[in-house]
Amino acid sequence: MPDISLAALAAQVFTGLVLGGIFVLLAVGLSLIFGLMTVVNFSHGALYMLGAYFGFVLMGRTGSFLVALVVAPLLVGVFGLFVERFLIRPLYGRSPDDPLLLTFGLSLVLVEVARLIWGKIGVTLDPPRALAGAVNLGFTYFPSYRLFVIAVTAVVLVALWLFLEKTNVGLVIRAGSRDPMMVRALGFDVGRIWFLVFGIGTGLAGLAGILAGPMRGAYAEMGVTIIIESFVVVVVGGMGSLLGAVISGLLIGQIVGLTTFFAPKLAEIIVFVFMALVLLFRPSGLLGEAGLLE
Amino acid sequence: MKRRALGWVQRHPVVCFFVVFAIFPWVVPYKSLGSQVLIYGLFALGFNLLYGYTGLLSFGSAAYWGLGAYGTGIALAKLKVTSLWLALGIGLAAALVGGALVGFFCLRRRGIYFAMLTLAFAQLLYFVGFHLADWTGGDDGLRGIAVPAIGIGSWRLPLDRSVVFYYFTLVIVGLAVAALKRILDSPFGAVLQAIRENADRAAACGYDIARIKHLSFVFYAVFCGLAGALDALRLTVVPIESLHWSTSGQVVIMTLLGGAGTFFGPFVGAATYLVLEDAISVWTESWPLAIGAIFMAFVLFLPRGIWGTLTGGFHGR
Amino acid sequence: MNRRVFLTTTAAGAAIVAFPAVLRAQTKDPIRIGFPLPLTGPFAAIAGDMKQGAELGVDVLNAKGGILGRKVELLVRDDQLKPQIGAQRTQELIEKENCQFIIGGLAAHVQMAINEQTKKAKVLFISTSQSDEISAKPDTSPVTFHEALNPTITSRVVGKWVMENLGKKWWIVYADYAWGKQNNLVLTETNKKLGGTVLGSTPYPLGSAEFSAHLPKIQAAKPDVLMAVTPGADDIAFLKQVKSFGMHQQMKLAKPLHWISVAKQGGPELYQDVYGGINFYWELQDSIPEAKRYVDAFQKKFSIPPGDYGVYAYSAVLEVARGSELAKSTDGEKVADALRKNPTYSHVKGKQWWRACDNKSFQDMWILKGRAPGQTKGDWGLLDVVARVPATEDMDRTCAEKGHTA
Repeated sequence: MPDISLAALAAQVFTGLVLGGIFVLLAVGLSLIFGLMTVVNFSHGALYMLGAYFGFVLMGRTGSFLVALVVAPLLVGVFGLFVERFLIRPLYGRSPDDPLLLTFGLSLVLVEVARLIWGKIGVTLDPPRALAGAVNLGFTYFPSYRLFVIAVTAVVLVALWLFLEKTNVGLVIRAGSRDPMMVRALGFDVGRIWFLVFGIGTGLAGLAGILAGPMRGAYAEMGVTIIIESFVVVVVGGMGSLLGAVISGLLIGQIVGLTTFFAPKLAEIIVFVFMALVLLFRPSGLLGEAGLLE
Repeated sequence: MKRRALGWVQRHPVVCFFVVFAIFPWVVPYKSLGSQVLIYGLFALGFNLLYGYTGLLSFGSAAYWGLGAYGTGIALAKLKVTSLWLALGIGLAAALVGGALVGFFCLRRRGIYFAMLTLAFAQLLYFVGFHLADWTGGDDGLRGIAVPAIGIGSWRLPLDRSVVFYYFTLVIVGLAVAALKRILDSPFGAVLQAIRENADRAAACGYDIARIKHLSFVFYAVFCGLAGALDALRLTVVPIESLHWSTSGQVVIMTLLGGAGTFFGPFVGAATYLVLEDAISVWTESWPLAIGAIFMAFVLFLPRGIWGTLTGGFHGR
Repeated sequence: MNRRVFLTTTAAGAAIVAFPAVLRAQTKDPIRIGFPLPLTGPFAAIAGDMKQGAELGVDVLNAKGGILGRKVELLVRDDQLKPQIGAQRTQELIEKENCQFIIGGLAAHVQMAINEQTKKAKVLFISTSQSDEISAKPDTSPVTFHEALNPTITSRVVGKWVMENLGKKWWIVYADYAWGKQNNLVLTETNKKLGGTVLGSTPYPLGSAEFSAHLPKIQAAKPDVLMAVTPGADDIAFLKQVKSFGMHQQMKLAKPLHWISVAKQGGPELYQDVYGGINFYWELQDSIPEAKRYVDAFQKKFSIPPGDYGVYAYSAVLEVARGSELAKSTDGEKVADALRKNPTYSHVKGKQWWRACDNKSFQDMWILKGRAPGQTKGDWGLLDVVARVPATEDMDRTCAEKGHTA
């Protein structure tokens, strides 16, 4: 057993929050897309990677991290719009596995294209000077940039919540998640809503990528493991439940952080064990509804 | 004319299989590629039984491939088993037990939850294989596999030459293909496809679909395990990647390329994938780009796969 | 009626396909060296350097008339860092392309799979990958040669130097897979043998770039030296996070191996004052004539200075030639015997030799240190040579320890 000082443990919890934040951003995007369109987006991890690379390019050209932070997710979201329009929409009405399979192929293509464009090693992103130091939290020094990531995630989630709860478009999206048939019957153009939701969901993935970039660097394969972990997060939270995705993301972020601290060898496997346990007791995840994609 | 020929092929799959694959090694650039096609074709055959015929999408096929490979490999390398058949048997038994156990847990859930559970168990197995390095060789892979010669009475046939190994594999895989034909032609096979079309309706007709799904899962595991075991003999090494989800992903691509839910689809898909990979990899490093794009094109435009499109077979639900 | 036509056409087709092979066997064949390596994937930059080293080697040979009067061809294949692909490519190189020799591998687990195929075919294989097992039982064979360093050698050498020069209280962070574990083991052994303390040893899953979980604990323990067994991109992520926590001001940073391409990518801000071992560094041209010849030729052909792993490939190619000339044959076992009977060679950095029992190459190593941002020399002069460690056979395990009898 290593030295468990309270300070180290507290630092660990913060680290878990950072990891949780990234998971939440990815899981919410996946869940939005799934809840509304019943599409399992396997290319989510590749889009996360694109967010990091777009951010790298933008920082190179404009010298501003802020610009990259805002524009990179937008670019990824726009790319997502193209994907929905030209690759996913043609699959409407066919087997529900088809979008999953298509986005799986897409992820292979995107990773390879990234390698061709930006090289095989990957690139480094530097956090802005202002965030490059560490903050004294009292019990430990914690890198400022990571605190920034936690803050941004919180702000974005609040904004998303406001959008879904307080706007008309948000209302239609929520209704569409519950009952797409009814929404269409009421005269709404579900296709337009899907378009928008896919863009938002993928934009969130891009945001997660540009946030993660300065912490770990950007490389073509960075989305490959995180996509699996994100799926675990979504499944644990319940496919289609946004609140489930948030809770699950934060929870799993902590679990991974604490496991890394106490039993580092188990860190790779703990998410799967946890998922299996959750599914054993709650068949559709923590907050999911039975009957979705079965 | 083509229709009638294809019709004949579909009615006599086992014979056609043997004829085509008897001359196959002389058609492909080199013999080991032929063995690889047979083995991965068998792997896809197993996956196809579960996905194409029963309608259950599994993300964890690598687990049974790996159990078969490690079972046979460990028998030969660590337990010093001297009989080839015993070693194969051990690999098959490992896959069977694994499939029975994992299937029992995963089939309690449906859809994407089922798929993620199969993945979770496969990852668990990967983790175990990675860390039980004394038995599995860990991430260096299991080496030291000495392949015994086949012996009947006092006659011995060593398998170290590619050509000999190919025909040995052909016989084993051919037997598996024949077994699959029997399974699919039986009433059990009919119920499987009924489950794929509409599970609730099949249950309403009085079938014990839980048991039938479980049995289908076990068959799937055994076919995948046999394929893995044969690959262990082919390469005389079992890499840890055998248990990795990328192996699971590969078999999905191969099955879909060939045509899910068709009898020969898996072999056509495996052959296409492997021959293409062999050829393209020599010219470019971007093989994943090529196969990803090809795969996407198939999903969009040729969802029935090559063989499925040729024969007008099943696709989707 | 159709079946007969079908069969005759296929038979004729097969004959036409086979014919060129028959023709080829009758003319003076080139000598083919097959080279599987991970051209795609996280180590692609290192693989690129290796490919260039091998290409230069082949050029040098062909300029002198080839091997035994025959032209030398290099066939490079991508093993995608996967053992199955590596094995498949090796089979293709041997069966389809009729390669007489195989060099290569970068990842240890892939090289094992390659080795299984070359052993079966009795083709000479010179491994250019870091691995302890390849020269030990059960993997080794009379035709399996190992040109590169291995974890035992690097960790013993660097460990000893760090104990004598940087500090005796260590914390080790290592990637939880074969290479990482081996380094961790040997570093710990070396430390204990020389009277030091290992305050802690932290494994992490390879490729997972999240270290902040461990860093507060390490800071609290106050080691003299933080040993990073963190390959490739992990190294950059690790150093970033370590520096963001300010740890580089509290302890020295060292690693068993520097990789030039990774150091270049990380940049001098990250690599300043980081110590590590290496098998070859282009600035050695200042002190070693063969190095200068190699660096000049490499620079002329590729416009950049050579990296570290490239010399393994270069040496391997030249050793294939030397062995073949000595044996007057391209038969794997004969060439292997010839190399064992004439073990000493020096192609690029001074004297190297093959140990007879395990076909292991022994060679000098150097300790390097990252230069500060203002003091780098051009794009590639990122590291300072701090010490040279001449080769001795106690750098590696003994023959007996590797399972070789007699």
